[in-house]
Amino acid sequence: MSKDMNSQAGGAAKEGKIIGGYLVPNKPHALLAPEKSPGWQSLHDSYAKVREEIEASDADLLILFSTRWVSIIGHQIQADPTPEYWVVDEDFHELGTMHYKLRMNPEFAETYQQCATERGLHARTVAYHGFPIDVGSIAALQLLNPDNRIPACIVSCNVYSDRAETLVLGKAALDAVKKSGRKAIVVGVSALSNRMFTEFIDPASDHIHSLKDDEWNRKLLELLEAGRLEDVSQLSREFSRQANGDSKLKAIWWMAAAMGQNNDYRGTVFDYQAVWGTGAALVGLVPSPGAGGGLEYDEDDSNYFHGDRNVIATAAKADKTDKKS
Amino acid sequence: MRGCLAPHPPHLAYASNPPQNEPKSSGAGAWTALLEGYESLRKSLEDGDFDVIIVHTPHWKTRRGHHLLGVEHFEGLSVDPIFPNLFRFNFDLQVDVELAEAIHAEGEKQGLVMSMMRNPEFRVDYGTITSCYLAQPDFKLPIVAISSARSYFDYSNEVGEREMLALGEATRIAVEKTGRRALLLASCSLSHRHFTEEPADPEDPEFEYIYNANQAKWDRHILDLIESGRNRQILDEMPDFIEQSVSECKDGSFTWLLGAMEVPELPGKVHGYGTVIGTGNAVVEWRLDEQAVQA
Ligand SMILES: [Fe+2]
Repeated sequence: MSKDMNSQAGGAAKEGKIIGGYLVPNKPHALLAPEKSPGWQSLHDSYAKVREEIEASDADLLILFSTRWVSIIGHQIQADPTPEYWVVDEDFHELGTMHYKLRMNPEFAETYQQCATERGLHARTVAYHGFPIDVGSIAALQLLNPDNRIPACIVSCNVYSDRAETLVLGKAALDAVKKSGRKAIVVGVSALSNRMFTEFIDPASDHIHSLKDDEWNRKLLELLEAGRLEDVSQLSREFSRQANGDSKLKAIWWMAAAMGQNNDYRGTVFDYQAVWGTGAALVGLVPSPGAGGGLEYDEDDSNYFHGDRNVIATAAKADKTDKKS
Repeated sequence: MRGCLAPHPPHLAYASNPPQNEPKSSGAGAWTALLEGYESLRKSLEDGDFDVIIVHTPHWKTRRGHHLLGVEHFEGLSVDPIFPNLFRFNFDLQVDVELAEAIHAEGEKQGLVMSMMRNPEFRVDYGTITSCYLAQPDFKLPIVAISSARSYFDYSNEVGEREMLALGEATRIAVEKTGRRALLLASCSLSHRHFTEEPADPEDPEFEYIYNANQAKWDRHILDLIESGRNRQILDEMPDFIEQSVSECKDGSFTWLLGAMEVPELPGKVHGYGTVIGTGNAVVEWRLDEQAVQA
């Protein structure tokens, strides 16, 4: 049993809760080269406002879901207490090296792993020297929590997971927060529209790749500003089809599930800019009972993940067994 | 020039237990067919007398065209973010920057977006390292590493195919102009649907089989085409192969290789075929130099 769970054993500790959520961009430009583009500079400046809001809260844990850390074997959770290394963005290497020294909460990572497992997910913690923390998470943490005052936890984005699995992963995050007694802020590291310019552009002229993507982004932000996170979650498939959503907007699915699947938030759009054609937004959501009213949609909901239902694979396995016998 | 399909599951480097890799494997034998395939390939390459290895890697993903390593020496620790339990490899390799720049120049002439990667702190991706290690464990030859542009993903398989054939052509011209004797490695799997769980011992052979029967049939079909030298037909079917078997060929490496070899009517020698967490992998060699001598 982890220390976090032990702290609950006496029954005296209070149940943890999620006190807010933020959506932040998945690219490091606002950190590495704000001066190159008015939009990136604006994002850089707006991060400061988000940082102030987080500092004013009594949050003692940041939980990040990043579309830039993909996984294949289930869900990976960063558990190195002090990851310290460097990475270079594989595409934007000309922007320089990101040296980082971060602070994770390994006890919470263990709790999250256990809660995910209890909900049927395959999950593991990772803690290796030299592990390349993804550029989206590094940028978010260095801009939102530069002195590492608040410990963090990062969970990966499985390439094969769909809505049901991602919702369950979000619910497991809430389970873990409750058990840990923490006051947590969840952070989705993700672009909105993710169509990029596929050539070298003048950063000063950066803009959303198409008017259509821009309009979709603005529609989504309008809903988020109204606090309608669950509606946005249920609109994510359509958005992704229409506007090249980043990783199906799994970050939104995860956030909405972790934050209770409702529309009752006070939403703030701190900024919305283009980063190499993609939609980069800074959005804050603070629980505010009764704010958003009823739900617009009625998508399926899952509480437990039953795994891939792969009937053809079963046939292949049987075939292998046949050949052996 | 000689060309190979040289897949890069980090599992194969892990199972080989080289001193450079921190985790140690149990030797339980899940990937023996592929390890033997690579052993056979290495023997076959001994007569090659190459100056350089050129590798096209799916695990350096760039959306702004095709990038090449442009620094002469890289060393460091490469930790695979997906399988960090298996691959934490201390690499030390030399780059043939002159050839990389020549490919860059020829690529631009083909109308491709090209870029040289000049940041010396860049961590070379595990696809490049694994394929190069398995083909040449002592890393004696310098390498050229080419990233995987995302044209298949950002546009379509057909667009991606055209770009990779052009990049292959650019690579061939650059090799000829610089007078190099080059070994080309297409660092990709065939069918590429993974299991999303891993057994306690990742090398447990009981766990290892192809993801499903559809994937197995596609792989078998592609191997038949390879062995009968019907490489043009592979290209004809590539967009469908990619979609229907979730193939890693969507990262372009195989088509780049076929393009660089001018789509020869030459059978490839299949040194080995096997699965790694459900994906299909073949180690294949096209001995173009031999064909040239015979002609
Ligand atoms: Fe791969």
